[in-house]
Amino acid sequence: MWLIPILPLLGAALNGLWGKRLPLRGIAAIAVGAVACSFLLALIACLSLGDATRMEVYFPWIAGADFQVDFNLYLDPLSAVMSLIVTGVGLLIHIYSIGYMSGEKGVHRFFAYMNLFLFFMLTLVLAGNYLLLLVGWEGVGLCSYLLIGYYFRREDAADAGKKAFIVTRLGDLGFLIGLILLYTTFGSLDYLVIFPEAAQFPVDSDGSGTLTLIGLLLLAGAVGKSAQIPLYVWLPDAMLGPTPVSALIHAATMVTAGVYIIARSSPIYVQAPEALMVVAVIGCITALYAATIGILQTDIKRILAYSTISQLGYMVMACGVGAFGAAVFHLMTHAFFKALLFLGAGSVIHAMGGEQDIRKMGGLRKKIPVTFWTFLFASLALIGAFPFAGFFSKDEILWRTFTSSTGGGRLLWVLALLTAGLTAVYIGRLVFLTFFGESRADPEVASHIHESPKVMTIPLIVLAVLSLIGGWIGWPRFLGGSNHFERWLEPALAAPAAAHAAGEESLEFLLMGLSLAVAALGVYIAYYLFLKRREAADRLAQASGGIYRLLLNKYYVDEIYRFLFVKPLVMGSTEVLWKTLDVGAIDGAVNLAARTTRSLGNALRKIQSGNIRSYAGWVVLGALLLIGFMVTAAS
Amino acid sequence: MLSEYFSAVDFLLLKPAILLTIFGIGVMLTDLLLDERQKYFNAVTALVGIGFAAVQMLRIQSQMREAGVSEVEAFRGAIVLDGLGIFFIWLFLISTAITILISFRYLEIENEHHGEYYAILLFATVGMIFLAIGMDLITLFVGLELMVLSIYILAGFLRGDRRSNEAAMKYLLLGAFSSGILLYGMSLLYGMSNSTNLRVIGSALSQRPLGDPLVIMAVVTIAAGLFFKIGAVPFHQWLPDVYEGAPHSVAAFMSVGPKVAAFALLLRLFLVPLGELREQWEPLLIGVAVATMTLGNLAAISQSNIKRMLGYSAISHVGYILLGLVAGNETGLKGIVIYLLVYVFMNLGIFTVVVAMRRRDLVGDEINDMAGLMHKSPVMAILSLIFLLSLAGIPPTAGFLGKYFIFLSLLETGHYTLAVIAVLYVAVAIYYYFRIVVVMFMQPPADQELPSMSLGIRCALGVTAAMTLFMGLYPEPFIQLATGPVLAILR
Repeated sequence: MWLIPILPLLGAALNGLWGKRLPLRGIAAIAVGAVACSFLLALIACLSLGDATRMEVYFPWIAGADFQVDFNLYLDPLSAVMSLIVTGVGLLIHIYSIGYMSGEKGVHRFFAYMNLFLFFMLTLVLAGNYLLLLVGWEGVGLCSYLLIGYYFRREDAADAGKKAFIVTRLGDLGFLIGLILLYTTFGSLDYLVIFPEAAQFPVDSDGSGTLTLIGLLLLAGAVGKSAQIPLYVWLPDAMLGPTPVSALIHAATMVTAGVYIIARSSPIYVQAPEALMVVAVIGCITALYAATIGILQTDIKRILAYSTISQLGYMVMACGVGAFGAAVFHLMTHAFFKALLFLGAGSVIHAMGGEQDIRKMGGLRKKIPVTFWTFLFASLALIGAFPFAGFFSKDEILWRTFTSSTGGGRLLWVLALLTAGLTAVYIGRLVFLTFFGESRADPEVASHIHESPKVMTIPLIVLAVLSLIGGWIGWPRFLGGSNHFERWLEPALAAPAAAHAAGEESLEFLLMGLSLAVAALGVYIAYYLFLKRREAADRLAQASGGIYRLLLNKYYVDEIYRFLFVKPLVMGSTEVLWKTLDVGAIDGAVNLAARTTRSLGNALRKIQSGNIRSYAGWVVLGALLLIGFMVTAAS
Repeated sequence: MLSEYFSAVDFLLLKPAILLTIFGIGVMLTDLLLDERQKYFNAVTALVGIGFAAVQMLRIQSQMREAGVSEVEAFRGAIVLDGLGIFFIWLFLISTAITILISFRYLEIENEHHGEYYAILLFATVGMIFLAIGMDLITLFVGLELMVLSIYILAGFLRGDRRSNEAAMKYLLLGAFSSGILLYGMSLLYGMSNSTNLRVIGSALSQRPLGDPLVIMAVVTIAAGLFFKIGAVPFHQWLPDVYEGAPHSVAAFMSVGPKVAAFALLLRLFLVPLGELREQWEPLLIGVAVATMTLGNLAAISQSNIKRMLGYSAISHVGYILLGLVAGNETGLKGIVIYLLVYVFMNLGIFTVVVAMRRRDLVGDEINDMAGLMHKSPVMAILSLIFLLSLAGIPPTAGFLGKYFIFLSLLETGHYTLAVIAVLYVAVAIYYYFRIVVVMFMQPPADQELPSMSLGIRCALGVTAAMTLFMGLYPEPFIQLATGPVLAILR
């Protein structure tokens, strides 16, 4: 099992050290080969897993007097699913990258980072204890920084890398404190020690106990990594990395880490309903909030970025209402269709020669048919159209929210339903503006539009098929299925003590119809406003003035953050830390130390004359000193 | 006839030393048959000799394990092979092997590629082995002299170089002087106990009244002699001068092998015969340790010659290691053992880089000679960074592990002030180590001459860097490894 994460690491090492001398073909073969092998291994491991779980302890990693952590990997249905998603989707993205990145400089660096990223992500999901998970967690953060800032000569890309790193860092701090608290509470960081013990704890119903605190602190980490309010701001900027990176980070791997950690810690969360409530509310608000921003963005990748934030909100909300299985289910289907959306967007950008503004596209349907059809599949999956993958997972989440035993389930459901409608609007707008209507591109660009090479389109087709059928393994019961997926996941996840009220099938059917109707309505609005009657959209924009500007400027959150946090911090660092403390105190101290040292050094230099007789004299003097010292000490 | 005095076990224990001697002589003989271009064959022979000695060590260890004994006496108690001795012998074999690896290319460049070099290196190793296993004053002193005599010659090995000659002469005169002081202390010990065996001396000393001036005199003179050999303040002055003048590869060897051997002697003397007098020498040791850290770290700041700087850095490391002896509990001794282990690899590593900086027409021992190394040889620059991080004691490198145990032992035994001072000096150390990093990574290269690489240097760099990282990342087996020697001391 340890081979699964190690193989990408090997690939990264090979490409990182010797990639410069290899041709593109060799680099790609190493990178893709490593990921493919580890995908196969993960597949074998999962198939042989059955209903069991496997904990493989390799060696004691750190052993202090009362602190022991083993190096162990844990495979249960949850980590199995995650490692399959990571390696599977990662593999397709790697293949796609061969086409997308050909002609870029430093491709070996790119593939080395990508492999390294997968290594850390696999360490994260397969770790058997929280400390090893933290290693993966931090490593993923590092790699995202490296990959987002891949075009390091572009200042905005480098800045975006830094932003992603620093913002997620805030959440990581909470996460780390959470881990320390876990250790002091349970005396171990091992899953298999913590979870049974957590189950023994009394349910922390008034929200004052340690478990609630731990839950909230872990949530802080998840909020940073999974880009939830208020730490979501890094994700849209992170779009400045190469498109395959966006697909890898924002669809399959990094952002799902936050959801994974909540699902993984489900035995803790079920004992802390108050923490769960916070999780649900944050998820729900994020979902709605990001969807509203997504409507007015014009950069194709940014729309998808806000869509990712919104969908992650769904997953987090699902966790919050105790539907961990549904969250992981949606995580999986989302990985398929969002990777496809990003890769499709990459293909569009590729075709348009680097153009990312959807206002300058249009009519691409005929020119790049493969991209169009696959993109359409992904969009349908995103809005939850039957029978695409997103339908099953999203509907499951909505249903579980509606029937949730925690208070306010109905309200959350209404907001989630609204989000579903908005999702349909923004993705509809994206599709209509990009692929339908007249071409608004420069004639110069338009004449060069071409379909991407096979190495890029084949992963698109595979993902499109997955976006269609990927949800069928969770076919709900009331439609005659048996929801294999969540049943299989059950042993890995805890369920809230108060079981869900067994809903009536007719009600579930009704709600499903409702969400489909809302989605259809959303699509129609998008069709009406952005394809049929474009002037209506402008009129609407003018009519709603303030709200329009608010949304267009993303609620001014970046500006507010800059004013509230960045500016005081920069001021503080410049005025207090730099000019006063650094120049005054530290430099002063250093200069003082340097002056003292220099005079001391001069004195020493006189002693250090190189003259043997004086050295011998010093030896005698030293011996005399010691004798004097001993005699005074003895008497 | 002989069996009346010696048994087969006696010779079995000496087999590694005997093998090294035979190979040393063999190198000198085969050297006569080789012409200029085949001299590297001498290095191979010497390495093979070390290989044989290592195999022999493994066999002795497995035999000891089978017999279920943790220590073996030989020559009527003059030699005792215990966990500590085994540990030190391995360190010596490793450091000599790495020194040989980095030497032959360097000696070729210096045009002084002679077989004697390897032979003398092996003889020095034999002397060091006796320091590790000797339990008798005479054995120890002869071992010590064999080692330092060899080093005197090696330090002056570049006959055409004035600095090298000066270093050798300086070291010889001062070394003889300090050996005299040490010998004087030993004679006092013999006078008080009528024996040269350390254990007998120990029990004799415990009979003496508290504050006996004779005992004080013995402790001080022995301490002074030993402090000279390890380079502790105020007996350190020879060290930077000799490091600077000696050939690069010899400086590398001196900074690890003989220094570790001197520590072996120091541990034996302070813990076996003088162990009962702990209260008397502890304040002395504290004073010397603090002075050593202070001077080593502060003087290193203003050096422009990298070998001199590493000399002062070596002095400061001695201070830290002495602190482990000050604490003296199990953690402290474990700390010393781990620190020495770590120190061998990281210090040989950085010296290997210095050796590689010796290029045609360039002595390569100024810090500025490293300018722009990142552009010329990124691999080497990054490896140097690892070694420097480790020397400064920053995790996840091995250096952190050594310092961690030393500091922990200080806290356990209530030496809080000492711990604070030691930690503060780490900050100073980071400053001067990172001066090299700045030069390597931030400054443009001064010339286009690439570092001189050879298979040996590559191997040495690979091994030292791998160990420096590995011990830091996965310390568990090495902490286990250290318990054997520590148990041997505490018995």
